[in-house]
Amino acid sequence: MYFPNKKQKLISICIFLFPSMLGLIVFCLFPMVASAIYSFLEYDVLLPLSQVKFVGLDNYRRLFGEGELITTLWHNVKYLIMYIPIIMITSLAMGVLLNQDFKGRRLVQIIFYTPVITSWVAAAVVWRWILSGKFGFINQAFAVIGINAPAWLSDPAWAMVGIVMVAVWKDTGYYALFFLAALKGINSTYYEAANMDGAKWHHKLFKITLPLISPTIFLLFVYNVIAGFQVFDSVQIMTGGGPAASTTVMMERVYKYGFKMYQMGYAAAWSWVLFAIILVATVIQFILQKRWVNYDA
Amino acid sequence: MMLKKNDAISFRSKRNKKLIHTTKIASFYLILLIVILMIVLPFAWMLSTSFKGVEAIRTIPIRWIPENPTFDNYKKIFNMSSYNFWRAGFNSFYLAVTCTIVSVLSATMAAFVFSKIEFRGREKLFMVYLATMMIPTTVIMIPNYTILNHLHLLDTFTGLILMSLNNTFGVFLMRQAMMGVSNAYLEAALMDGATLRQIFIKIMLPMTKPTLFTLILMNFMGSWNSYLQPLLVLSSNDKQTLQLVLATLNGQLKGKENITMAGAVISILPIVVVYVIVQKYIDQGLEIGGIKG
Repeated sequence: MYFPNKKQKLISICIFLFPSMLGLIVFCLFPMVASAIYSFLEYDVLLPLSQVKFVGLDNYRRLFGEGELITTLWHNVKYLIMYIPIIMITSLAMGVLLNQDFKGRRLVQIIFYTPVITSWVAAAVVWRWILSGKFGFINQAFAVIGINAPAWLSDPAWAMVGIVMVAVWKDTGYYALFFLAALKGINSTYYEAANMDGAKWHHKLFKITLPLISPTIFLLFVYNVIAGFQVFDSVQIMTGGGPAASTTVMMERVYKYGFKMYQMGYAAAWSWVLFAIILVATVIQFILQKRWVNYDA
Repeated sequence: MMLKKNDAISFRSKRNKKLIHTTKIASFYLILLIVILMIVLPFAWMLSTSFKGVEAIRTIPIRWIPENPTFDNYKKIFNMSSYNFWRAGFNSFYLAVTCTIVSVLSATMAAFVFSKIEFRGREKLFMVYLATMMIPTTVIMIPNYTILNHLHLLDTFTGLILMSLNNTFGVFLMRQAMMGVSNAYLEAALMDGATLRQIFIKIMLPMTKPTLFTLILMNFMGSWNSYLQPLLVLSSNDKQTLQLVLATLNGQLKGKENITMAGAVISILPIVVVYVIVQKYIDQGLEIGGIKG
């Protein structure tokens, strides 16, 4: 766009960019640098700044020296291993359902999306009650068909399964709409041609649908790995890392060391290890995508 | 004779086809019904529990419709000694509104520059914006806390509102929308002596209304539902938001789930009402990036 008045233009740029730049610098760029520095410090936020000590790699040595990192990381991986395949299948299935023409489709879509707009706090509070050992309706439903279900969130072996269950309930409607958009984008002539050749439904699914929506699958996969390594709200409210530390996750450790024990330096070291893991996982996925993601459609 | 036989065959296969078709439709609706039930039952259970007494929530087998429905739990939650639930609701609303205004204004103003006002290094600066979207919250949440601490803004709403100035996704979203506004309008307005502020308010914002509305909704819902940030920043009792109070009650009221469920109903209700009213804009929002609780 052409501006007749150069000075007015310059002043305007400064004014219009100011709020956003202020937020970006103070609450994103500077914190990024600061947290990298913190990870080399012994920094208790309750003590005066003069007490801050430079400790070199001590935080990282402590972090890698203790078995806690591996256990915690394993919990995150366990969450991802269960969550990702299930959420992919459920949300694709829901996307397929929504892709059909039927009466009341709009209402159904509203219903499917309600868990998504519900806050994690409310969802976690409600589900803690649903999953509670004896009186929760899940276990009562199991009891009716003669199965003695575990106590879910208070059973170390089943707590993470419970958390994944709730996450699937809450997130399916969200990712379903991504799959719905992808499915709508598939040219129907592919299916017509397949029908002429007498293709079975599974041929159509594996040879047409899945390859053609593979970019969406990839996108959701990358996104969910990043989000899964940072899972927090659900864990914090439903189990708080318990029982018997069976659901401690990376973000929850950062929160605990930083804001419960005020060891800002050690917590920052945790957060950087987490960042590095996320980065590596994402890069690996982008390298591997060439083998299975199809962008030709 | 031949002809008749053929007719019979074709009639039979037609009937078969029809039968297959009906079973297909029936099984589709059956699956749909099961999925709907799986989504809705937790909400129904929450509602049902919130109208029960303490003994009634521990009956076997479960009763979906309470025997003696009562509003006691709702009365109790608004008359707690530890927290003022009204106050928490007001705080949540106040924060959601102010954070949304600040955040959307900051994002749209920056987007105006990034879409319409060229200067040297603009594209590079925008790349920096995009790159920051990849920084995980985990890494910046500790320094954000210490920064607010040094600014003496911990346990203030101002702290949270200031943090919402940083809305990179909003900048990205609005820039896309504003690039679609033709330069001809802006240049004509400039010729007529309009200032950039007037152009921004009178032309840019009205012409990007659908996206703007989507962004407002996304930020409002995100703020209403947010847990981690208020948890870190707010500490005193009278500053708690609905989500924080609900999370605390969850730990405190073990065995009195009927009261917690009443709290959950109250925290979910406003957002569901907003959602149902503005549903079509949310669909639009999804096409451009998604709205999440």
